[in-house]
Amino acid sequence: MKITKGAFGEFGGMFVPEILVPTLLELERAFEDAQNDPAFKAEFDGLLKEYAGRETPLYRCRNLASDTKVKLYLKREDLLHGGAHKTNQVLGQALLARRMGKTRLIAETGAGQHGVATAIAGALFKMKTRVYMGSKDMARQAPNVFRMRLMGTEVVPVETGSRGLKDAINEALRDWASSYGDTHYLLGTVAGPHPFPMIVREFQRVIGREAKKQILEAEGRLPDAVFACVGGGSNAMGIFADFIDEASVRLIGVEPAGHGLHTEKHGATIEKGRPGILHGSYSYVLQDDDGQIRESHSISAGLDYPGVGAQHSYLHSIGRASYVGVTDQEALDAFALLSREEGIIPALESAHALSHALKCARAAATEQVYIVNISGRGDKDMEQVMPYINIDTKGDA
Amino acid sequence: MSSRYEDMFAKLKTKGEGAFIPFVTIGDPSIEKSEAVIETLIESGADALELGLPFSDPVADGVVIQAAANRALNAGSTTDACLDVLARARKRHPDIPFGLLVYANLVLGRGMERFYARALECGVDSVLVADVPALSSDSFTTFANAAGVDSVFIVPPNADDAKLREIAKISKGYVYFLGRAGVTGAEREMTAPLSSKITLLKEAGSAPVVVGFGISRPEHVKACLKAGADGAIAGSATVSIIADNLGDDQKTCARLAQFVKSMKAATVA
Repeated sequence: MKITKGAFGEFGGMFVPEILVPTLLELERAFEDAQNDPAFKAEFDGLLKEYAGRETPLYRCRNLASDTKVKLYLKREDLLHGGAHKTNQVLGQALLARRMGKTRLIAETGAGQHGVATAIAGALFKMKTRVYMGSKDMARQAPNVFRMRLMGTEVVPVETGSRGLKDAINEALRDWASSYGDTHYLLGTVAGPHPFPMIVREFQRVIGREAKKQILEAEGRLPDAVFACVGGGSNAMGIFADFIDEASVRLIGVEPAGHGLHTEKHGATIEKGRPGILHGSYSYVLQDDDGQIRESHSISAGLDYPGVGAQHSYLHSIGRASYVGVTDQEALDAFALLSREEGIIPALESAHALSHALKCARAAATEQVYIVNISGRGDKDMEQVMPYINIDTKGDA
Repeated sequence: MSSRYEDMFAKLKTKGEGAFIPFVTIGDPSIEKSEAVIETLIESGADALELGLPFSDPVADGVVIQAAANRALNAGSTTDACLDVLARARKRHPDIPFGLLVYANLVLGRGMERFYARALECGVDSVLVADVPALSSDSFTTFANAAGVDSVFIVPPNADDAKLREIAKISKGYVYFLGRAGVTGAEREMTAPLSSKITLLKEAGSAPVVVGFGISRPEHVKACLKAGADGAIAGSATVSIIADNLGDDQKTCARLAQFVKSMKAATVA
């Protein structure tokens, strides 16, 4: 595939209806101008610090993995305002939207974290905001639906297809095809057409930049491995970006293996998909022989997506990052374990990354330093995990 | 050798008529019924057909054509089965142009080379890939040209003069001019294209210009031709007739025939 715009090796590009091309080119120009504008950078950095609460801590686990040879560090994006890493890039894109004179925001959301972040920006910048969310996800992430509405955002249920993240993106793209004049589509991940994969990575890069500085302060050396969950892949790209050129650092993306990679019920796009075009870019896609997009599955709504950011496909193709699967059950176990051992309740998404890091830690034969991106907090997941996790109440009075 | 599109537009020009081109999704509501639908459209006077391959994620389509794709996929319509429908229709009707409207991943599905070769073999004259704009079209047009299939491109209402000239140069068979922004659907009506834009396209040497999106009534067709277009496409309005009469094949075909005849009549000056 010849990629003329936004290429990551053979992946990426701008595969959208012709009508959206001028808008995407306008966004590309606005982003490039903003990157060269010190006032933009100052306002963005100021918001990240004073409004969103950066920098976030890099915390070394006191109990978890203490019986292994690994020093396990957690990058605490769960402590960011809004409860997940999503707030970082949403603030950046909202500033871009304002710079382009747009007065309305639309977004898609899966777990609701990106929707909540967009609602935050909509309230802060006084922009009319609409979030598309699959009705399946609205049911399993009800608290986030309420949070969005509380902040004045309109949440529109999407009933098409698998009623999940993929379908919410379809609806947002359809909205944008007529609303582009006054509306910015605030896409939530490093997937989608150029320039989104670049913009979202650059606005999320702060995660890895901080983590690198923090680990050098704490350990005086780079980590051996960095772990992050991958749905569309924004938290992973955010923490990977500043480590890509550090060849000694292993980059590991963890995909949702759902009921298992041997079943059809998973969202392991890179491991089980093949290259194709979904939502504007050429990247790995879960699909059948005809090219029809397959429904993905994950217990975690934020990872339940049959596509993946084009740069992840590229990092996979050149062997710079590796991608592995963690099942629903393994993620639930890690979710419970981190809660009990460290008093930190992670998002189910982030629990996937933690699960694989713990697996590697137990197998490590030499001293190692790991960083896991805890991309979000798990409050939103309470209702969903209750049926799965047995709490031992024997000791209660 | 002249193409079927060239012959069709030339013949209409001598008669002083425009082209009416109905769109349906192949395989909607099933492969067998779709074959009868296509036959009805042709027999009722359609000048050409625009035919969609059902796709799971049609981002350029509104609810009506999304539902058509779902009906087709739920009935088990594969890309090959849909193309076979065309191959059979082509045997019965050697001259009418067939345009395919597809999404990029269906072209990639079993390989681009195979897709365009199969399309040609089944009598397809043109392929429009809804999610491939001109600037990303190189690989697609290369394979289409190699197979000898025309690549059709869209002129959106927000196209500037440079875009109009670019599309005039690369769109083969015809130019698909959007009657309005947004996705397909008859709920929001088209607005007549600016005749200055059509003039610019033609001065730049474009293929005939056909207007689509938001076209559901004979007066829409008239407005398009008056603005200088060579024809009009009605998609959602045609598909709605199938959706509204599911389970009654006779009524579906009777209503489709009536619709095509009334729209075609509006192309006669």
